[in-house]
Amino acid sequence: MAVQEQAMSSAAEKARERGLEAKRKWSAGEVGRYIAVALVVFIALAPLYWTFITSAKNGVEINASPPTLFPQSFDFSNYAQALTNSTFFLPTLRNSVIIAVITTALALLFGILCAYAIARLKFFGKPAALMVILSVNMFPFIAMVGPLFVLFTGPGPIYIYNTYAALVIPDLVLTLPLTVWFLTSFFRDLPPDLEEAARVDGASRLQALWHVIVPLTAPGVFAAAILSFIAVWNDFLFGLTLTADENAQPVTVGITRFNSEHVIAYGQLAAAAIIVTVPLVIMVLFLQRRIVAGLTAGAVKG
Amino acid sequence: MATQTATAERPAERLTLGERVRMAGGLMPYWLVLPTILLILVIAVYPMIDSIRISLLDNPLLPAASLVGLSNYVHVLSDPVFQGATATTLIFTVISVALETIFGLGVALLINKTFPGRGLVRAAILVPWAFPTVVSAQMWLLMYNDQTGIITYSLQSLHLLAPGDTMIGSTNGVIIAALITDVWKTTPFMALLLLAGLQVIPAELYEAASVDGSTRWQRFWNITMPMLKNPLLIALLFRTLDAVRVFDLFYIFGARSVPSMASYADFHMFAGTPEDFAPGVASAVIVFILGIIISLIFVSMMRDVVREAA
Repeated sequence: MAVQEQAMSSAAEKARERGLEAKRKWSAGEVGRYIAVALVVFIALAPLYWTFITSAKNGVEINASPPTLFPQSFDFSNYAQALTNSTFFLPTLRNSVIIAVITTALALLFGILCAYAIARLKFFGKPAALMVILSVNMFPFIAMVGPLFVLFTGPGPIYIYNTYAALVIPDLVLTLPLTVWFLTSFFRDLPPDLEEAARVDGASRLQALWHVIVPLTAPGVFAAAILSFIAVWNDFLFGLTLTADENAQPVTVGITRFNSEHVIAYGQLAAAAIIVTVPLVIMVLFLQRRIVAGLTAGAVKG
Repeated sequence: MATQTATAERPAERLTLGERVRMAGGLMPYWLVLPTILLILVIAVYPMIDSIRISLLDNPLLPAASLVGLSNYVHVLSDPVFQGATATTLIFTVISVALETIFGLGVALLINKTFPGRGLVRAAILVPWAFPTVVSAQMWLLMYNDQTGIITYSLQSLHLLAPGDTMIGSTNGVIIAALITDVWKTTPFMALLLLAGLQVIPAELYEAASVDGSTRWQRFWNITMPMLKNPLLIALLFRTLDAVRVFDLFYIFGARSVPSMASYADFHMFAGTPEDFAPGVASAVIVFILGIIISLIFVSMMRDVVREAA
């Protein structure tokens, strides 16, 4: 409820700001600012535009010189071909979804428990634990893949090379630090009264966590899930080194296989890039406020 | 890494000190943190340490591998391709981090003020950040190549490239291509980190300074930059460590001819002969050591910052 009130008051503030801004006359500085902002947005989105129009060009137009800035042919057969003609694109896309969902679910489970302890409980060695978890994010992962490859292909008990497990396990290293950091900041921001009330009513700490804290921070948990999903979806190195074929290969590796064919199928490559990135664009558009809040949570509070 | 492992084990040692544990709220917190810490130790820290062992073997893929000391390191360090990869990686790191800091600060200052549509602008600059690096590389490849590429076409029209040449046809071209793509992709992240730092600077500071008649430029150097020092150092550390391990961009643009240190390691481990595997691991360990050196430099710089504040 407190959160709602906050949201309402900040909305009112914004409305006021907007009103003030509308009344003011446009100064030279503001015009300059808008031109700069427009340039930034243009640069940010230009490659996406180029990829889209390349995907919508037919085989003749794609090689036209000079290249057309607006597609004349509007031919979407590249999408059909990328999805059906290539033997690898659709299976790798499916693999990426499965791997990202499993890894995110596990990261949330472990991350919620760990973040709760860090945000709400006092214990000895907390700063050290947090430091280990966060510093892992900065490891050069290239130094992990050799030993993992030996382990996963070796004669030992863990022969999981080229399976989903071979990616879910190392991908947890990509998502756990992020999830823990993110959830800790959301859990900390929640006033402790509600949890204490539940505890007075006889709930255990874990019950209070699952039935009070997690539901109340649901938007934050959801945003953590999205960030975790993006991190796993974007992995390339583990996918490249710990899987071999469509059995478990993620789509980031699948998409590079358009290059390795004799003639690069640029149209299909562009269509595949659009298919892989559109879900991400949608997620970012709808969740930008929460993603920004989470990404910058640590930068300020330190 | 050894120190990290030691600090991670510290809580476990203290578990035996019943009093201390009870005072701190019982065993509960340790059970909650344990799965995450254990996973990270087993999946990340253990392979990192194991990579050092493997880098000292002749052929780790054989069951009866024997120790060969530092000969894999000698092999890698004397390889001109690795020396080139090191130069490429260091040039890429310095320039990309510098450009991303400058542009990131610019974008942060630009969107620090509220204006209609700011949310949409933030979403737009987040789009490159959310894309998989390797897919971003493929998208830029569509602009760099000689068939569909607007950039190669434009450079040829301006006579900056000979007809038939492509943007990514030379070592410098590959580095520039990787720099452009990385700056495009990572500046938003830098901007958001710095924006968060900017937003906690009290407005009264600026008001007081403008009452005293300072110029905008003076306010930037005397208020904004000192107040931004800590977030800036943290962001620089993250970016530098991320740039040193650059892999995807050089895998796509440079392939085997212009590798980064990480992609050199990958090509040796997974695309060479079995004898190349251990030298590949050794080159990955070198990337790791470089990361540790960079971290130590930054941590010592941040200590100064803490001392100044105290």
